[in-house]
Amino acid sequence: MLFTSYSFIFFILAVFFLYYTIPKGSRWPFLLCASYIFYFIADPVFPLFILATTAITYFAAIRIGKLHDEQSAYLKANKAALSSDEKKAYKAKMDKRRTLWYIPSLLVGFGILAVIKYTNFVIFNVNSILTGFGGQPLSFVTLILPMGISFYTFQSMGYLIDVKRKKYAPERNFFKFALFVSFFPQLVQGPISRFDDLAKTLFAGNDFDSKVFSHGIRRILWGFFKKVVIADRMLIAVNELIDKPEEYRGMYVVLLMLFYAIELYADFTGGIDITIGVAEALGITVKENFERPYFSKNIEEYWRRWHITMGTWFRDYIFYPLSISTFMQKLSKKSREKLGPKLGKKIPVYLATLIVWFATGIWHGASWNFIVWGLLNGVVIIISQECSPLYAKFHEKFPKVADTFIYRSFTVARTFWLMCALRLLDCYRDVPLTFGMFGSIFTTFNWGGLFSGALTNLGLTLEDYIIILIGCAVMLGASLLSRSRPMRDRIDAMPFALRSGLCLLMFLAILVFGAYGTGYDASQFIYNQF
Amino acid sequence: MEFSELLEILSDLHPEVDFETAEKLFDNKILDSFDVVTIITEVGSEFDIQIPADQIVPENFNSAKALYDLICRIEDDE
Amino acid sequence: MKTNIKRIIFIVAALLVWCGSFFLVQRLLVPKYMDDLIEGALTAEYYDETTEHDVIFIGDCEVYENFSPITLWEEYGITSYIRGNAQQLIWQSYYMLEDVLRYEKPEVVVFNVLSMKYGEPQSEEYNRLALDGMELSPTKIEAVNASMTEDEELITYIFPLLRYHSRWNQLSGEDIRYMFRHDKISHNGFVMRADVRAAGAIPEPEPLADYSFSENCWKYLDMMTALCRENDIELVLIKAPSLYPAWYDEWDAQIVEYAEKNGLEYINLLDKVDEIGIDFYSPETADTYDNGLHLNLSGAEKLSSYFGNWLLTKFELSDHRTDSELAAVWQEKIDFYYYMKHDQLEELEKYGELISY
Repeated sequence: MLFTSYSFIFFILAVFFLYYTIPKGSRWPFLLCASYIFYFIADPVFPLFILATTAITYFAAIRIGKLHDEQSAYLKANKAALSSDEKKAYKAKMDKRRTLWYIPSLLVGFGILAVIKYTNFVIFNVNSILTGFGGQPLSFVTLILPMGISFYTFQSMGYLIDVKRKKYAPERNFFKFALFVSFFPQLVQGPISRFDDLAKTLFAGNDFDSKVFSHGIRRILWGFFKKVVIADRMLIAVNELIDKPEEYRGMYVVLLMLFYAIELYADFTGGIDITIGVAEALGITVKENFERPYFSKNIEEYWRRWHITMGTWFRDYIFYPLSISTFMQKLSKKSREKLGPKLGKKIPVYLATLIVWFATGIWHGASWNFIVWGLLNGVVIIISQECSPLYAKFHEKFPKVADTFIYRSFTVARTFWLMCALRLLDCYRDVPLTFGMFGSIFTTFNWGGLFSGALTNLGLTLEDYIIILIGCAVMLGASLLSRSRPMRDRIDAMPFALRSGLCLLMFLAILVFGAYGTGYDASQFIYNQF
Repeated sequence: MEFSELLEILSDLHPEVDFETAEKLFDNKILDSFDVVTIITEVGSEFDIQIPADQIVPENFNSAKALYDLICRIEDDE
Repeated sequence: MKTNIKRIIFIVAALLVWCGSFFLVQRLLVPKYMDDLIEGALTAEYYDETTEHDVIFIGDCEVYENFSPITLWEEYGITSYIRGNAQQLIWQSYYMLEDVLRYEKPEVVVFNVLSMKYGEPQSEEYNRLALDGMELSPTKIEAVNASMTEDEELITYIFPLLRYHSRWNQLSGEDIRYMFRHDKISHNGFVMRADVRAAGAIPEPEPLADYSFSENCWKYLDMMTALCRENDIELVLIKAPSLYPAWYDEWDAQIVEYAEKNGLEYINLLDKVDEIGIDFYSPETADTYDNGLHLNLSGAEKLSSYFGNWLLTKFELSDHRTDSELAAVWQEKIDFYYYMKHDQLEELEKYGELISY
């Protein structure tokens, strides 16, 4: 069920209605049922996958939690009797017992994801080696890819790690935990929630609050506006540009970067708006996933503001543990001795950065273009780290520059276009082609086309561009306004008539200007004598 | 380990920040994840203390004092 | 208490404004079929009728271009209405009949069998032309469900804005003028064309691999037969006299057999062309306006004259011309008919072709 399907709209309306009409205590079980129905409609097999991950994580977490409890109880009871060494030995022993549950569960959890998502990618790479040596290529396997598997796997594995770290006690109620893993608005495209965040409101069976509900509905409308009016319309031109790379070089590649940035932002943030809005209408708080990312001044900041829950997941569960692991500490010691203290101490951080970005890349998709994309992100971050002393010196010399509007705009534009360029790997999905196309910007000068109708040959009419332009202006305006005060508060402060007028306008704008349905081509309606 | 030694490590990293008074270092993004890892590595190699990954939470890195308390807790524990 | 009432009024008012705006926008954006492509307005026009009909025609363009209810009235006092649409498929014919039965009960229903050749939904656009004008009812829902092509959604027939929203950049004066009203464009479902274009050589029809009609069509023909029987209506099957698309003998035989088996009248009017006096070929005076696909006005009048007589020989239909109330209603129709006929002939005189039809 896509967010932008009639069935999804009916589904959420039914969920809203039933959620608030049934008794409080049965609300979260109802959400669990709704989530599994949602998943079942997508494909009857999907629920089995999510159930497997849920069960493994649930039982492992319960075991680990019990071992934690056992340890605390034992240490408390024998506080006086045990020597420091004995305590240490006991802790080590318990840690080992926990690891016996922990590691296999992680392996199975991630393993399901890996097998489903990456088997064919591995076969593809093995084949290119095999055929290189004149061998017989292996045949690809057909595996179904359950919707949202990357998201719910990361969410449940994060939970397991948190329990192991004693961040919180494991959830004892299996069904509550199952709801945390499968909560339907998050299944399509995240965000990746943390248990302690989501649990606060997920199981409460919240009372109907017209204010909260209307916040949710407003957020959903806003999401649909971005997705249906802007993203889905922009997508037509984006696909045209991507599908015919030999035709659209030079200036068109720059256009593609810009168009794709608009399309991706409107689509992804719009989808998240719908997710958060649906949850909010149910009184459930889901973490924000974006914070005006296109206003970032550098790429590291960009990644703190774009797809935030994914970034923090990689940071907390991979980057930190990896970069402070004993192996990295040893490596750090060695590199310091060999490369000097300055560069040496950065080696573990940089290595961890590259590993994390490799993982981020492959998480986005099982192909080389995503791996290269991820690694390039890492490299750019490292380069900008290395350059930071240079920037610092520059600002020391010209202290006034940093605060000027022009300089700030420059850094924002630099980050924006840099990210656009990297995203070309996501567009063309082919590494050599992407580099070739990027190169064509500097070798093919066809900017004149802009003034001779190049834009209207991409499947969009002038009217479409006007809609997109207005849509972007609205998004930009909302972004700028929300810097000083959240849009929600601003709209709340409006008089009722204006507020509901705005919502109505938004509703009608989605209906009329949305790029959905068959589209009206008058020529198809011409009566040809039947 | 002394508080002053920790301050030294921190101000090496960000000379422009007054760590004795600064708060919300992590929340306000004065310390980024690179800094956190560098600090842990430094503390680890200078004082032979392992700060585990599960202790990397804003509360422990928001001020020099909080970080120092964390280090003391771990030392006591060992 | 007071605040509660205030709140409810607030909510109701807000809902009214929302729904009202939705329907205003919808009315603005749906095609009006008034200046152009008037076939799209045929279905809705039926609901303007104030009196009942003895004979109802259902079928595709071979009914609404070929039969003239005005002639049937003038010559025989038969009241009739044509519920035809461009490429009306048999399930649509069936539900059109069901829709008619919501308002009246005719004596005779005439179904043109050409659409037996289509066993599956054909085109979204023709579905739209036939069904958009239908009033919302369970019948309409069933008609839509039977008609939808693969990617269509039922909800877009209930809220046509969802289908036509992208017409916002093609709006014209027509959309404003006809937002809340429509003009009469047919004569009891008959679309008048007074121009002449004689048929040339009709190519020999291609032989088919399989002449049997599809199961789906038989199913709806059975349903139609049953519905008429239930309501004491005489069902008449006809094949209208159009030279093209080809009507194969093998097809004809199947219909003959079906009619016999079910005790229905079937008349293949293609066989009666000479008897009726239809002339397809004289360059200046032929009875067709598009090379033999459809009859023009003079052809339709000839055919109706013949068919009315045939109906009277088969069924007992009363002559309503003596009913003064009914006669007054029909006089208006007659006036409009002759006004349009005169107008079309004048245009033909002046320009040599029809400009506004």
